[in-house]
Amino acid sequence: MAGAYYEKIARINLTTGEIKVEATNMELAHKFIGGRGLGTKMLYDEGVATVDPLSPENKLIYITGPMTGAQAPSTGRYMVVTKSPLTGMIACSNSGGIWGAKLKYAGWDAIIVEGKAPDWTYISIEDDKIELHDAREYVGMMSEEMDETLREKHGKEASVLNIGPAGENQVLLAAIMNDKDRAAGRSGVGAVMGSKNLKAIVVKATRTNLDNIADVEALKVATKNALTTLRENPVTGQSLRMYGTAVLVNIVNNIGAFPTLNWQQSYYPQGDDISGETLADKYLVRPGACHRCPIACGRVVDVNGKVVGGPEYEPLWAYGGNCGNNDLNVIDECNMLCNELGMDAISVPCTIAAAMELYQKGYIKEEECDGVPLEWGSTKALVEWTKRMANPQSELARLMSSGSARLCEHYGHPEISMSVKKQEMPAYDARAIQGIGITYATSNRGGCHVRGYMISPEVLGLPEQLDRTVTTDKAAWAKTFQDLTAVIDSMGHCLFTSFAMSAQEYTDLLNAATGTSWSVEELLEIGDRIYNIERMFNKAAGMKPEDDRLPKRLLEEPVSNGPSEGMVSQLPLTLPQYYEARGWVDAFPTDETLKKLGLDECIGK
Amino acid sequence: MIEVRVFATLRDGRDKITMMAPEGISCARDIMTRMNIPDEEVSILLINGFHQKPESPVKDGDVVALFPPVGGG
Repeated sequence: MAGAYYEKIARINLTTGEIKVEATNMELAHKFIGGRGLGTKMLYDEGVATVDPLSPENKLIYITGPMTGAQAPSTGRYMVVTKSPLTGMIACSNSGGIWGAKLKYAGWDAIIVEGKAPDWTYISIEDDKIELHDAREYVGMMSEEMDETLREKHGKEASVLNIGPAGENQVLLAAIMNDKDRAAGRSGVGAVMGSKNLKAIVVKATRTNLDNIADVEALKVATKNALTTLRENPVTGQSLRMYGTAVLVNIVNNIGAFPTLNWQQSYYPQGDDISGETLADKYLVRPGACHRCPIACGRVVDVNGKVVGGPEYEPLWAYGGNCGNNDLNVIDECNMLCNELGMDAISVPCTIAAAMELYQKGYIKEEECDGVPLEWGSTKALVEWTKRMANPQSELARLMSSGSARLCEHYGHPEISMSVKKQEMPAYDARAIQGIGITYATSNRGGCHVRGYMISPEVLGLPEQLDRTVTTDKAAWAKTFQDLTAVIDSMGHCLFTSFAMSAQEYTDLLNAATGTSWSVEELLEIGDRIYNIERMFNKAAGMKPEDDRLPKRLLEEPVSNGPSEGMVSQLPLTLPQYYEARGWVDAFPTDETLKKLGLDECIGK
Repeated sequence: MIEVRVFATLRDGRDKITMMAPEGISCARDIMTRMNIPDEEVSILLINGFHQKPESPVKDGDVVALFPPVGGG
């Protein structure tokens, strides 16, 4: 038996109400670790790649990693793996808080939810006992209130995961929320939960720790080393606690890579008004931390007298410069609305930004706006359209709630959607930072920065400073970052530990907890395998080589202002280099690559 | 004039933006010395938006931005 897994999975069929206990396939756990890797392999084997993502045939896998909940730094993470209704490809959305750790403490490596409940339902898990409950009375309830209500009912020690109204309405940008303000935010996983009439999952556990660590003493040593590294590193030991990820506003803006007015510009002159420094001065109540996290990057802020989870860098940018808005209090308010309504605080404001450009250019008419025109910087528009997107009543609100790609396609201007694989890109202009464009274009879940955070070397100088303007070696760097990220996501650690921790430190932690003897190289090969199984899911789901692309604007419209003026993405140069590094031809692994990675079952598929 | 911008903890006790006459300044370190900022407190140094080093030359009209070690995502 391997340590740190409970070797038990619950399969919950909402159509029939049947709950089955299955053994975790430990051979697969060895090959894919857990979390993102094992979850994707399980979903691939469930054969759902071709189903309608919002049909009862799709499945939702909530899965922990072996390190989730362990006495090691930043182990509060779990993954939601499903077929995305936004992209039609793999969705793998990661969240912190404590819910994932509690699921593990209750003795479950994962739960698989399938089918569709006849009416609104929630699930309770209390150690071995899993029950389905009537949730009809909670329909329409905001996420935070749902959390409080179910903890009132099941006990304050319970942890709650739920969807807000957006998920109930199957909005394609709906998130799954847990522990009030933590979000499995991206790719519309909340809509899948809503399509199954599943409102919430409450977890309670008698355990408060993992009692199945393979080598407790070795884990203590590895944890002590990792904690020292995290505390001594100025980023993880100090700056993330002081400013959160919001500190990036001024850095990214000052290099001219801060997309503004839906990427029509790349420098926002009012950037400092919405920066981490200003947030800390004006609205910060205290830092917030997930389970067992010494970094505490979370923001707890005061929004008009209400103390709530505050914005990360991404919503600060997306509701800020990208919509031409420098009112920080309104960004805090919109971020709070996204959390309460249960929506992705990146894709929602990015879709509003796309709508604002459609309005600017006259493609969306004022009469379509129901009294709230989509003017750049209109705080009323930001608040009102965020609410409307969660509960769409008009045709325009319905289009916007489906994301910018579908919205812009409808108006005959797909080039205005700043998305990859129909998912909105985050807050770094890939014209000004060459490597991040490779990871945007090739991310298996669409436009995303946390599948290979090239900002670390290209902007922050971690682990070493690369020139953001050149393409040399960027493909190889991007692949390594993607593979290491896949390992960290599969272990159950927070990715932010990687600002300080080395690949060797993760390897030591995993080996101690599970009793394995992996080398760094072997773990990176597992990361490569995970990246490839995700790609094979996408291939089965109908992905085409042309889906690995960036919006035309990034390739053909040079940056129009600021320090990076004149730059375009060199993706046509770097993409072939990336495919070569991966052993892919035309966006997909060759048979030889699949064989080398032990994915023989995918050959010929 | 040279525009010097400081961020995050480097703002403690300093103005966000300082306009500095270029006389006597040949490199970024000269600016840092005048502002009492030691090398080890600066993790990211930008001149006109591009990463440079303390010994990199600075001239009239440049914008110099100084950041302590920071990260995010």
